[in-house]
Amino acid sequence: MSQTEFRAALLDPERPVPAGLTDPQGRPAGRRFDVYRNNVTVSLTEALRQAFPVIRKLVGEEFFTAMAREHVRAHPPTSPMMMHYGRNMPVFLENFPPVQHLGYLPDIARLELALRESYHATDAAPVPAEALQALSADVLTASRLMLAPSIRLIRSRWPIHAIWSANMRGTDAPKAAVAEDVLIARPDYDPEPHCLPDGAAPFIAALIGGETVADALEAGPEFDLIAMLGLLLATRAIVEITPGDKT
Amino acid sequence: MLDQSAKRELPPRPGIGYKPQHFSNILQDAEPVKWLEIHAENYMGDGGRPLAQLRHLAERFPISVHGVGLSIGGEGPLNRDHLARLKHLCDWLDPASFSEHLAWSTHGAEFLNDLLPLPYTPETLSRVVDHIDEVQDHVGRRMLLENPSVYVNFTETNMGEIEFLTEIAKRTGCGLLLDVNNVYVSCTNRQTNPYDYIDRFPHNLVGEIHLGGHDEDTDDMGAPLLIDAHGSEVVDPVWQLYAHTITKSGPKPTLIEWDNDVPDWPVLAEEANRAARILDKVIA
Repeated sequence: MSQTEFRAALLDPERPVPAGLTDPQGRPAGRRFDVYRNNVTVSLTEALRQAFPVIRKLVGEEFFTAMAREHVRAHPPTSPMMMHYGRNMPVFLENFPPVQHLGYLPDIARLELALRESYHATDAAPVPAEALQALSADVLTASRLMLAPSIRLIRSRWPIHAIWSANMRGTDAPKAAVAEDVLIARPDYDPEPHCLPDGAAPFIAALIGGETVADALEAGPEFDLIAMLGLLLATRAIVEITPGDKT
Repeated sequence: MLDQSAKRELPPRPGIGYKPQHFSNILQDAEPVKWLEIHAENYMGDGGRPLAQLRHLAERFPISVHGVGLSIGGEGPLNRDHLARLKHLCDWLDPASFSEHLAWSTHGAEFLNDLLPLPYTPETLSRVVDHIDEVQDHVGRRMLLENPSVYVNFTETNMGEIEFLTEIAKRTGCGLLLDVNNVYVSCTNRQTNPYDYIDRFPHNLVGEIHLGGHDEDTDDMGAPLLIDAHGSEVVDPVWQLYAHTITKSGPKPTLIEWDNDVPDWPVLAEEANRAARILDKVIA
């Protein structure tokens, strides 16, 4: 019996147990094979449970488990690193008929994936606050600010930060379906999502893209730059300041 | 590379499968635990807390790197990216031991996240031998190969498990990891005698022992079907089989594995104490 046959029966409980697998008396393996079926489904479902605590709360444990089984069949892992499993969840949620009325779920899944990526991202030492504060306005705007590898930016037309925070921090549920942009920063080892003011997301995206502060400010509507730089310093998000050309 | 010069070998004392929630317990007082084992795949990220904790622990304890994702028993080629990640981790950590399973988990592009069984034949033997040669060449260190928990028999099988493992070790130079709970589980499921298995095992090749909990079920005929679950205490019959094992083999590094429904540290420390008492008795 090939591993192709074994694998096909593993992920499809409707298929018969492959011939050639038996109990000690040579009778068909039956329930014995189900141990492997169960191990695969349960272990992959558990990996998804750990990755998506907020999705779990939003749809309920029982529904999540049933949905995770569908997801496991549709998108089995392609790497032995379970820390990456679940990357297809947003797309899966966009297309899973029973949750079409919960339009914000895919973006919540993106936020949870980004938090996990941030958690495992490369360490980088932040620049001291004084290094930034010492720069004149002209020098600062001509500079490029390199952000930490653990920084993630998630833009959504849903109040994803409020939904995340209500479920993870017990804050009030959002009162309106407003758009929210979230900056994830990891000051030491714990990633934290921050709700960005209007206009700040294009600026952050431009900084990540390697543009100067001046060019990044052109990327979107006006916002409080001083407060934004304060947040980046407080969350130890800036890891390098590259001065612009003097000429 | 970290400085592991004082920690080159696993001592023949109790070790624990490391879980992040026990980090501060272990740094405070790990007694009687003398070494730690990690699942390689959980430390293949780029940075953050997992690697920072591991760096701290590796300065204080010998570390065993235990892979669960190489798919050494797979029909297809080994995943080269995964081998490279494993080498990267081992080069950085310089662990006291490195081990993997006699099982498969990858099929084509898919990773199935379980230790799946293979038949024991001359053909599967030569495939496993080729894969272990490749792993040892690539990672640049000797590995230990672990006996599996199995739930089914293959009609194709025409070699015994011990014969199969011994021949692999002979041809590749790898050592063996003897999981005593797996022996108990597999022998119960195959309706064979676990003491006979232990008595015939090549203990001179064993670099490490595993102990863990299992679940009890029955098959379609009502026969006992034990499931390797790592979610509970080691049961008395497995402790007795372990005592029999080290009476035969002499003291070996002995790991308590508890991966699901992980308890508070004192429960694990008590399991390690129980292993320590059995090891002490054998030395005396």
